Amino acid sequence: MPFDWMKIPYTLLTLFIVINYGFLLNALIQKIGARVGRRHGIPIWQNYIDLIKNYGLRSSISHGVMFYLGPVFRLSGGVGLLIFVPTIYASDMFSNLSFAGDLILALYFVFFGTLGMALGAGESGHPHAAIGITRGLSQMTAAELPFGLAVFSVALQYQTLSITAIVAAQQGGILNWTLFTNPLAVTAAMLGFLGSMMRPPFDVVIAPQEIPIGPPTEYHSSYLAMMQTNRAIFPVAKIVIYMNLFFGGASDWPTFALKVFLIYLWSAFVGVVFPRFRVEQSIRWFLIWAVPLGVLSILVV
Amino acid sequence: MSMKPELMKRMVKGPDGVEFEVEPLRDYYCEAPPTVMPAAYSKIVEDLFNWARSESIWILGFGTGCGAIEMRPLMTPRFDAYRYGIQWRPTPRQANLFVISGYLSTKTLKRAIRSYEQMQNPKYVIGLGSCTINGGMYWDSYNTIKRLDDYLPVDLYITGCMPRPEALLAGFQDMKKLIRAGKGEGANQYAENFAWYKANQKRVIHDWDMPDYNW
Repeated sequence: MPFDWMKIPYTLLTLFIVINYGFLLNALIQKIGARVGRRHGIPIWQNYIDLIKNYGLRSSISHGVMFYLGPVFRLSGGVGLLIFVPTIYASDMFSNLSFAGDLILALYFVFFGTLGMALGAGESGHPHAAIGITRGLSQMTAAELPFGLAVFSVALQYQTLSITAIVAAQQGGILNWTLFTNPLAVTAAMLGFLGSMMRPPFDVVIAPQEIPIGPPTEYHSSYLAMMQTNRAIFPVAKIVIYMNLFFGGASDWPTFALKVFLIYLWSAFVGVVFPRFRVEQSIRWFLIWAVPLGVLSILVV
Repeated sequence: MSMKPELMKRMVKGPDGVEFEVEPLRDYYCEAPPTVMPAAYSKIVEDLFNWARSESIWILGFGTGCGAIEMRPLMTPRFDAYRYGIQWRPTPRQANLFVISGYLSTKTLKRAIRSYEQMQNPKYVIGLGSCTINGGMYWDSYNTIKRLDDYLPVDLYITGCMPRPEALLAGFQDMKKLIRAGKGEGANQYAENFAWYKANQKRVIHDWDMPDYNW
């Protein structure tokens, strides 16, 4: 198949839209969290200002090569997750660089950023960063298990590893969504989803009140700004996968915006209701409640 | 000047039997003194940065004295400083504003200096309460400093004992005006008068067991 060069600018356009949507969405979710606590919350454009401020800092300190590469890996994890997955179904412009086996690649990219951070934060030499990334990786692994099982279940169900084909199989009415054809897998994945969004009850890793502030302890100025950019891209990219696999994908940008918002709201909703878990509690929670559901969903399929 | 034993230069035997020399002050810290960091080349860019700095103030979550109790209500629904772009960061690396909240004992001064030096340029200091101006009710205490300005470059004082959270909010708004006008150059001032600040600090901190500059 000849490569269509026009895909590259289109993919960059998707990236641009998603970055801006991600910044606004993050702020909106934070505002919703604040409103639950009867506060006004941050201005909706606050994340942009923080980003400019961090890029505008005059000095920055390095702890070595991996310290540089940590945020780079993190950002490329988010960008890679986004650009190899079709954002808008059946759109020539926004199918990005998706291909037949993109589901496997997406699973890899979900983990990629955290691994990059582990190397970068490890090199910073700060004990809080080291302990933070250890806790982060353990929790992340536990949260990825149900998601991985659900993905296998969905791949078995539709007999394909192409996200586009999975979305295509869900077209033609809300009852064709995986949510209704394979509810066990979706439940397991949505429980795992809570663990990867870095919101309560699973945000002990980066919570400022805990071992401060976990992996990014030593990160500042441009390093931190890169990680902030990733924090705008990564949740949306991850939600795009969930939307494609379980909720019928999106065929235009308004549907995309609405579905991503609602899926994000699920983690925010759980976050404002439940208090924070410790790491060993959350691992136990994932293994007891989410993983059996994932195994069951594979068995049922 | 007494040095803690764990900071002395010594030989260490590793778990694999190899002996190597450890000199904590040189290995774990960078001794390079701070330098004056120039502003962005173009005035428009610097103005943009100053605007962003003023609208995104990250405070170091380090309560140095009793005044810290006046900062906590700012996070609560009643005062909610987040809507002004003010946040608290748990690590000095990411913070821009250091609020010295009330009296500063010489013991805490040491930690305050280390935290301040680990913050990135540009950085700002607010002295909270009269203790930071002239010692306040601790004016004759043997173990608190009297004038914060002798030890760290202070951008702004918020007077009172204690100032109410409203006063803090008003102070933060004034701080924003200073930053936007390009007057928040405390970090460069510190670098320019480094010797003077160090001499003052060493005069009150008798157990100086750290490098002269903590990065």
